[in-house]
Amino acid sequence: MNKTMTDSNGKKTINPDRRGHFGIYGGKFVPETLMPALTELEKAYKEAIRDPDFKKEMRDILKDYVGRPTPLYHARRLGEALGGVEVFLKREDLTHTGAHKINNTIGQVLLAKRMNKTRIIAETGAGQHGVATATAAALMGLECEVYMGRKDTVRQSMNVFRMQLTGARVITVESGTQTLKDAINEAIRDWVTNVQDTHYVIGSVVGPHPYPVMVRDFQSVIGRETRSQIKKALGRLPDVVIACVGGGSNAMGIFHPFVRDEEVRLIGVEAAGEGIDTEHHSATLIAGSPGVLHGTMSYLLQDKWGQIKGAHSVAPGLDYPGVGPEHSALKDTGRVRYEAIDDEEALNGFRLLSETEGIIPALESAHAVAYLQKLAPGLPRGTVVVINLSGRGDKDVQTVAEILV
Amino acid sequence: MTRIDKMFKKLRAANETALIPFITAGDPDIQTTESLILEMADQEADLIELGMPFSDPLADGPTIQASSHRALMGGVNPEKVLDLVKRVRRHTDIPLVLMGYYNPVLQYGLDRFAADASAAGIDGTIIPDLPLEEAADWMKSAKAHGIDNIFLIAPNTPDERIKKIGKATRGFLYYVSVTGITGARQDLPAELQDGLEKTERLVNCPVAVGFGISRPEQVKMLSGHVDGVIVGSAIVRVIQANTVETDGGLRARPELVKEVGRFVRSLKEATRA
Repeated sequence: MNKTMTDSNGKKTINPDRRGHFGIYGGKFVPETLMPALTELEKAYKEAIRDPDFKKEMRDILKDYVGRPTPLYHARRLGEALGGVEVFLKREDLTHTGAHKINNTIGQVLLAKRMNKTRIIAETGAGQHGVATATAAALMGLECEVYMGRKDTVRQSMNVFRMQLTGARVITVESGTQTLKDAINEAIRDWVTNVQDTHYVIGSVVGPHPYPVMVRDFQSVIGRETRSQIKKALGRLPDVVIACVGGGSNAMGIFHPFVRDEEVRLIGVEAAGEGIDTEHHSATLIAGSPGVLHGTMSYLLQDKWGQIKGAHSVAPGLDYPGVGPEHSALKDTGRVRYEAIDDEEALNGFRLLSETEGIIPALESAHAVAYLQKLAPGLPRGTVVVINLSGRGDKDVQTVAEILV
Repeated sequence: MTRIDKMFKKLRAANETALIPFITAGDPDIQTTESLILEMADQEADLIELGMPFSDPLADGPTIQASSHRALMGGVNPEKVLDLVKRVRRHTDIPLVLMGYYNPVLQYGLDRFAADASAAGIDGTIIPDLPLEEAADWMKSAKAHGIDNIFLIAPNTPDERIKKIGKATRGFLYYVSVTGITGARQDLPAELQDGLEKTERLVNCPVAVGFGISRPEQVKMLSGHVDGVIVGSAIVRVIQANTVETDGGLRARPELVKEVGRFVRSLKEATRA
């Protein structure tokens, strides 16, 4: 299991093999009906990223519509409050629609158009990916339907309305745990049924190959920008990069361009919910074990018989019993360290960032801030830390108000 | 020769199509499943596909999802399913195939699962989320213990791939009638017969068709064009309709087993008409 992946030059690599395996993880564990669709998608993706026209269209939309590059903001008051670390926030919260999710949906919907698909489907947990997909579909004039678990439609009702405003149909999922896991099941069932004219926009670095690598590539614009911005600001790379991990797309996006820089510590923060020793958490990498769900081999929360367990987090975007296969490989090789932050700590992080910087983070991103609160006392003064502020907290204000008031 | 091969050989000689009913193990309870297997064998089903429930059955429609859920609520696990198989195997020689998702098999341990399933009297497996590319490990374990791993193809599977899968499959090839999930359908796609004919030309093994088939008339229409017809959701509906909720959980109505038996008999007769 602790196999280090190396490329032909003996350098540590983290690119999957031809069939989409990151070491023992990844792959394509899907019904036969989807195999031709995955092959088609893989081919279209490979062609698109070599096509100058596609790249230009993507770049233009990211710049003029999404608002990239997003700032890398030196959060001095937060740094002081944490005892003198130099904190930089990668402001994905400032993108159009308010989270990093849009980087991926623009790429995938452009790709869908290129494949002559007329209909877009997506799953969503917190609603951020659903909103980003509905937005991209509206921009490109495609029909869009979004699957969302009943529980999430209740706790993220504003995002349901945002999707509807942009012309998407939100389909409430009543099966299973009525959260993200079940929304993905329903989206896959829809895709199996309508595979001819439909593209399924998966929102994280999960699912069958080529999704984990494709979503990572679309999201690594975050890390590439961060890298050049921090070099410009300080003339060097950061000491630490921290990102929250649910499925793991914002984390993969910022980590990927730093993976070969061994001197940069990469830390992924999972949701400990009510505690990792309880039944109510989403710390898949820390407390789970390898298995197959939603088309990929990766760490999972499961019982001894391989039945998938429900996940919990105050942050709905982290509420998933699986995780991207590349994260599983990065955990096993030790290149990325994974930690967990519970609901209460995340709420403290949420408050700290709001009060010191006037930035209200998404509850998901608040997990990364909260982990820095824990880590900072042990760091030398002047340590340079980048936090991926993956989304803004507008969607969570109601939830937080109910807990804190 | 395996039980599955023997059965298809015998039916081919008689120019008859196999009837393959599907039920979920443990829906509504293990005891009822045991009686159902024996009853369906009595009603001349030719092979039984026994579902091993999974929490996230993404190839299944609402009927089988609900059935899996009922079984899991009742505490069914792979060990109990194999114990049940061991018990019925003393009374029947009908070929028994497990249909289940990959993760429970993987967690049980591939080799251990193949050994235990074989010892219990299982003849084959159908794992809908394990395509050929990912199946090497399981095929090795299955082969070592004399279990036939049955692959699926769909209407959109390219010809070259059909040939490849046709070579890898053991027992028979499962032809999925629609691009979609399991569930009884009023009408079968018009292209189905063409698809089946093409498949029979491309492969040498028996071909059985499933997904969406719910009525004797449909079975009758397909008989003669294919080696086997699989009926799942329509049977599970009969089980569901004859199950009542009580304070202590689910209870099978006394007539459940006979009702399913009658339905299976009508489907089997349609294969001969």
